[in-house]
Amino acid sequence: MKCGFFPALKSHGAKTVAIFIVLTVVTSNLCFALSGPVNSPITVLPIDRAKFLAGQKFDFLVEVKNAAATNIAVTVNGTDAERYFGKKAVAKLDGSIASYRINDVAFMATGALEIAVKAATNDGPAFRSVRYAVVSDAAPKRAKNVILFIGDGMGLQARQMARILAKGITEGKYNDLLEMEKMSNTALITTSGYDSLVTDSANSASAYATGHKSVVNAMGIYADSTADPLDDPKVENIIEIAKRTRGMATGIVSTANITDATPAAMVAHTRRRSELNFIAASMLDASHRPDVILGGGSQQFLPLSTPGSKRKDDRNLIEEFKALGYSFSGTKTELKNTPAGAAKLLGLYHLDNMNVYLDRAMLKDPKVLKGFSDQPTLMDMTSKAIAALSQNPNGFFLMVEGASIDKQLHVLDWQRATYDTIEMDKAIGIAKEFAKKNGDTMIIVVADHAHGASITGTYHELDGKTGREAVRIYAESIFPTFADRDGDGFPDDPNPSVSLAVQFANHPDYNETYKFKQEPTVPAIMADGKAVANPKLQGEFQPGNIPSSDPSEVHAADDIILTAQGPGAEYFNGVMDNTEVFFAMVRALGLDGRRGLK
Amino acid sequence: MKKLIPRFTGIFLGLLLAGNVLPGGLQQERAVPGGEPPLFLRTARAAPFWEAWTRPPATPLAFEEMYSGASALGLQLSPKLKSLEGRRVSMTGFMAPPLKPTLAFFVLTQVPMSVCPFCSTDAAWPSDIVLVKLSEPVNSLPFDQPIKVAGTLELGTQIDAETGFVSLVRIRADTVAKAE
Repeated sequence: MKCGFFPALKSHGAKTVAIFIVLTVVTSNLCFALSGPVNSPITVLPIDRAKFLAGQKFDFLVEVKNAAATNIAVTVNGTDAERYFGKKAVAKLDGSIASYRINDVAFMATGALEIAVKAATNDGPAFRSVRYAVVSDAAPKRAKNVILFIGDGMGLQARQMARILAKGITEGKYNDLLEMEKMSNTALITTSGYDSLVTDSANSASAYATGHKSVVNAMGIYADSTADPLDDPKVENIIEIAKRTRGMATGIVSTANITDATPAAMVAHTRRRSELNFIAASMLDASHRPDVILGGGSQQFLPLSTPGSKRKDDRNLIEEFKALGYSFSGTKTELKNTPAGAAKLLGLYHLDNMNVYLDRAMLKDPKVLKGFSDQPTLMDMTSKAIAALSQNPNGFFLMVEGASIDKQLHVLDWQRATYDTIEMDKAIGIAKEFAKKNGDTMIIVVADHAHGASITGTYHELDGKTGREAVRIYAESIFPTFADRDGDGFPDDPNPSVSLAVQFANHPDYNETYKFKQEPTVPAIMADGKAVANPKLQGEFQPGNIPSSDPSEVHAADDIILTAQGPGAEYFNGVMDNTEVFFAMVRALGLDGRRGLK
Repeated sequence: MKKLIPRFTGIFLGLLLAGNVLPGGLQQERAVPGGEPPLFLRTARAAPFWEAWTRPPATPLAFEEMYSGASALGLQLSPKLKSLEGRRVSMTGFMAPPLKPTLAFFVLTQVPMSVCPFCSTDAAWPSDIVLVKLSEPVNSLPFDQPIKVAGTLELGTQIDAETGFVSLVRIRADTVAKAE
């Protein structure tokens, strides 16, 4: 007996048509699975496939392009959205864009949701539906505290450079691993925002802080179509949830301006990370005011009238924090002298970004430090932060950023970047010591995105070769000679006889020297709107391979590594989206977003 | 063969047309105003020429001499800087890429700028910058070579009405030229 479809067809022509139909169906299915970006006149924010913690507050916004009228019909699982949320929507028509917005709402029940939107456009009726997931999971063994370490730009290769420099390698085996590598769980993290493949630090830190993706330069919001950087629909972040639902202590520590993207994203809500005046003032809002704020960037806290200030008003935020009971410190000495019982700390140790470890703690060149000769290390700041926050019986959330790993990779200075990675690793060691005492702290170490840095081999001029001929590849890549004779965990000399050959997949025009730069020196400068090689550096000219408008090496879309330990760390496994870092933290803490809702 | 020529011409024209219509051919709007042509191609003339005969000599001032101290609580203006307020000084530095070519001021920096804070929303100015005021716009100087500015020193916080740019140290320039 003949079975199947084709043999039943009699003619050749019919067979060809049948094959064509089957092929069309199969390929169209493939196309559907890989369909390009959604091209609908209706934008729903939060976006399709957004995931929420039950009770997590957010602003709901629908925008319709080319709208014919303001009336937009929205349902949540078939119920009218206004009835579902128990709140009236604000409907507007601004030019050709109609909007429908309900602020400050939350999903109380866990499970799947379908949002359906109907609107009238000038091209006829439009329809869009998106799906949300609402969760409220708790780890079997709860964590009381979470410490999130973010090595900015610390891709896999940046970790490995730190391992080579700090621990060394003998006959192919590493002498030891980094603190961040000796942790129970590892996951691979994808980093894209919802607008583009390559993220910036605001966007990715926002994913960790809120569990929601955002767009480049944005934090704690979904981007609407208006130009105003402060009106975009917000999503509640971990500091707000930790304070609102449990009265936990919270802290942010960074070696950058404390208003820089990563620490700012733990707190603030803005479409534009450059709203630094706003971000600094926003840190005073009771809903997300961190108990510990340590880093650089006092320029955003000083009144306009003070030389060095970058505020455009006469607010003195340092005095405002002091009035709220914060102990202020402006130097390492002052930080050390902060009373042990102080639970609220504001420490700003530089007008701008703090200097990198190599310059501030080892080379100490006055020309580079420009008067800031008494800055604390990330270890100092981390241990003071933990001491202050751990006084809260409800536990704490602390974010610590190694900020200049990124800033130094941007300028192709892998040595300065690596010393800062080692510095963060030592701060992680301090956190692990604390966690060991009670076993109720989850520690996460993650980057926010990668850079195009790769370890090609080693570099030395011992046989008289220089430049590219001295880049040692394969069997010639004899092990580097970094040494830590004083036992401080950092190699004594950043420029030993055999160093690494680190090369970058993307870069502006620059002159490659292959050697450590005694003073921080940028690879390219701006001239007539174009990045050109910095003439101060003499070396082999490398023509840029990115747009000439950018004078820096740029972020890579490469996945990054996350390591974690402590209660709740079992959540991290396999390949995960960056928003899952948020869900891992609230799950470990067992935070219920529905508590404390009005 | 004769028939083929118009056919190929048709295909060729069709391809040209398609190239213009396809999304790949659309020019994306650029956020960075890097491509603007220089509007002023003459050398800087910051003041009328006859002023040169009446000018007092300029006291050289280096970037490192501007501040005697810095801390998280602010910069301390050096005694030398304060003593030169209202007097004629000269400084050598680099001209930062201007916000737009029509502005009658530019920013003088100690080292050439590797970022363009006027173009990029995230890039920040260093703390030790000097705003150079001109009597007319200038856009003909190289950004990657040192220039020498001479003029009257002004101190104190000031906000530029047009751009919102905040400055602390300013030179009302009478001479702007390539440094020797």
